[in-house]
Amino acid sequence: MFKTLFGSETPEPSLLDRLKSGIQKTRTGLVEKLEDVFQGRKEIDADVLDELEYALLSADIGVKTTQEILERARQRVDRHMLGDASELKQLIREHVVEVLQATERPLPQVSQPPAVVMVVGVNGAGKTTTIGKLAQRFRNEGRSVLLCAADTFRAAAIEQLEVWGERTQTDVIRQQAGSDPSAVLFDALQAAKARKVDYVIVDTAGRLHTKTNLMAELEKMDRTTKRVIPDAPHEVLLVLDATTGQNGLEQARKFTETAGVTGIVLTKLDGTAKGGVVVAISRELNLPIRYVGVGEKADDLLPFEPESYVASLFD
Amino acid sequence: MFENLSDKLQRVFKNLRGEGKLSAENMEAALREIRVALLEADVHFKVVKQFIDSVKEKAMGQEVLSALSPTQQVVKIVRDEMVKMLGTHQAKLRFANEPPSTLMIVGLQGSGKTTSTSKLAKFLSKNGHKPLMCSVDVYRPAARKQLAVLARELKLPLYEGSDADKPAELARGAKREASQIGADIILLDTAGRLHIDDDLMVELEELKGILNPTEVLFVADAMTGQDAVKSADEFHKRLGITGVILTKMDGDARGGAALSIRSVTGQPLKFVGVGEKSDALEPFHPDRVANRILGMGDVLSLIEKVEESIDRKSAEEMQRKLLDDEFTLEDFRDQIKQLRKLGPLESLLGMMPQLGPMKDLKNVKVDEREFTNIVAIIDSMTAQERRNHMIINGARRRRIARGSGTTVQEVNNLLKQYTQARKMMKSFTGANAGMLGKRLGKLKLPGFPGFGG
Repeated sequence: MFKTLFGSETPEPSLLDRLKSGIQKTRTGLVEKLEDVFQGRKEIDADVLDELEYALLSADIGVKTTQEILERARQRVDRHMLGDASELKQLIREHVVEVLQATERPLPQVSQPPAVVMVVGVNGAGKTTTIGKLAQRFRNEGRSVLLCAADTFRAAAIEQLEVWGERTQTDVIRQQAGSDPSAVLFDALQAAKARKVDYVIVDTAGRLHTKTNLMAELEKMDRTTKRVIPDAPHEVLLVLDATTGQNGLEQARKFTETAGVTGIVLTKLDGTAKGGVVVAISRELNLPIRYVGVGEKADDLLPFEPESYVASLFD
Repeated sequence: MFENLSDKLQRVFKNLRGEGKLSAENMEAALREIRVALLEADVHFKVVKQFIDSVKEKAMGQEVLSALSPTQQVVKIVRDEMVKMLGTHQAKLRFANEPPSTLMIVGLQGSGKTTSTSKLAKFLSKNGHKPLMCSVDVYRPAARKQLAVLARELKLPLYEGSDADKPAELARGAKREASQIGADIILLDTAGRLHIDDDLMVELEELKGILNPTEVLFVADAMTGQDAVKSADEFHKRLGITGVILTKMDGDARGGAALSIRSVTGQPLKFVGVGEKSDALEPFHPDRVANRILGMGDVLSLIEKVEESIDRKSAEEMQRKLLDDEFTLEDFRDQIKQLRKLGPLESLLGMMPQLGPMKDLKNVKVDEREFTNIVAIIDSMTAQERRNHMIINGARRRRIARGSGTTVQEVNNLLKQYTQARKMMKSFTGANAGMLGKRLGKLKLPGFPGFGG
């Protein structure tokens, strides 16, 4: 019997609405820039393309991806395939959606619970908060969840996860601060098997992807996981702060190499940053974006939808 | 990861030599490269534009100096200009005439406020102050606990208040406590918030009103992209920030946000966070961050680190040995031991400029365990072998491998690396080496084992 991980057929509050409400607070983002580009100017000329370039750059899409997008646009303009600016806008929009859709893939399936979800990322990306929200999500779907406090390094990280455990009525497996993360993980996985829970969500310490020793620790945790549950972890989520610039690509690359990232959670999208670096991540690393974080409350985690996301950038 | 700006400019100027002047035409391509480099480093695009304009102005019509290649010359202009923009002097913290002074720490979620607060407390207490920490982050679960744990580890005072207290009450409590215990500085750690969250921004304004801080320090993540200008600008408008702490600079982000924030707020960068340990907070050096943004390596930080850890006398001795071609395997081993004192090699490599003989170090993966093997191999040699590696023949190699628990191949590799290291060291100390080479040569970085074929 197969169960779909994270599967939920119930309609979500629209991601687009949530993102838009965030954007409405300050219309200083890409939106405004694009309006500058498109208002009152129908003809596509060098100026339009220039402004468009700046607009894409300001969303942290990155130089390389931006240039690629513009090159496509330029070719069409040269071949007179594009009449006016609104067509250009449509073209760019479709292109970005395409890039993001290309990495979409079904949620992993687990033949026998527990499904193990590792959550990794740099310091301050929002891992613990995301885990609280994920727990809430799974609980809402009627699943049982166990949290594993494997961030034994940062001061009060365990306590922070415990608060989320209380909020979502989820048990937390923990040890002393400073103990070996793999030991906590081992305990949690054993407990999860014994209690037959559906999900184990593992909180890990924030680490910069350049720290070799800390990255090696993640590899060790992976080995520990496989010792207890051979086909685990079923999902490794990289939590990425939407304010991150071009370094996000390097983060994704390194964490994928060492921790086998299978998906991205883009957090803090309720601010003015749009996290455009995910477009480059999708393109270069073929990683799907699973969820977006849009606030500090337990239900502020939504499934990612490429079209809504792109629309929130362009409308 | 990124191509170095020098390399790019080198390509651009390949055909420039002999043209005599930097002209509008030949600068065009160079400026394009500079622009891309800055954008890749996350400098805000408007700031990039401004910056390019001023570089253009400076560069136009300059004679190509015979001493410098056009590339070097443009790099120099770019770097000087960037240092100027980042602030030419180190800004110190300001204190009140009458203690206690309050330093308020503000910023977005996850930028590193709490960690920075504790690092600042340690920094200040090391400099003869008596800081009192207080967290008014009543929102994030266990945030106040986090600062309490850090304060206990540092054995520095913290005003805890009660969990039921509101931020304003906590702030007033901290003020009272400070005068009671004779603390001369209050470090106020505030909750992370979005700059567009009006309620929370109002709260900060209130706190500022209560404590009348001498510093409002905006904590910014070095990895921040284009959004840095918006958040910094908004915090500055609402609170009048007086300085910036740039965190997570121990990663490989280029830190272009520093330039953006500086140019949008006009406020100085005061500190840089470079690690998770409590003393990993350094005063801001504009020249170093400028080099970093340009991908030129952080040579000065590297040199400083080396100077701190390496015994000068033995360094001079090593220098002499190198020049006299007496650099033996024993010295090699001592160098490795000294090098390991500097910390993980990869973080050191990150600081190196990717020039000349160092070019290929960029993508090198360092296995720290290799050092242990190397030391074991050298320890398994006879004194005679260590002093003269030429005598190590096949039989000796086999014996050394057995003795050190390694393989003959590894012994061979080590010998190869050692001869390469000797060569590299000599090129540093040679008369033709540039400034960097001379400095590093003097300081005696050992060869880099593990990089050989």
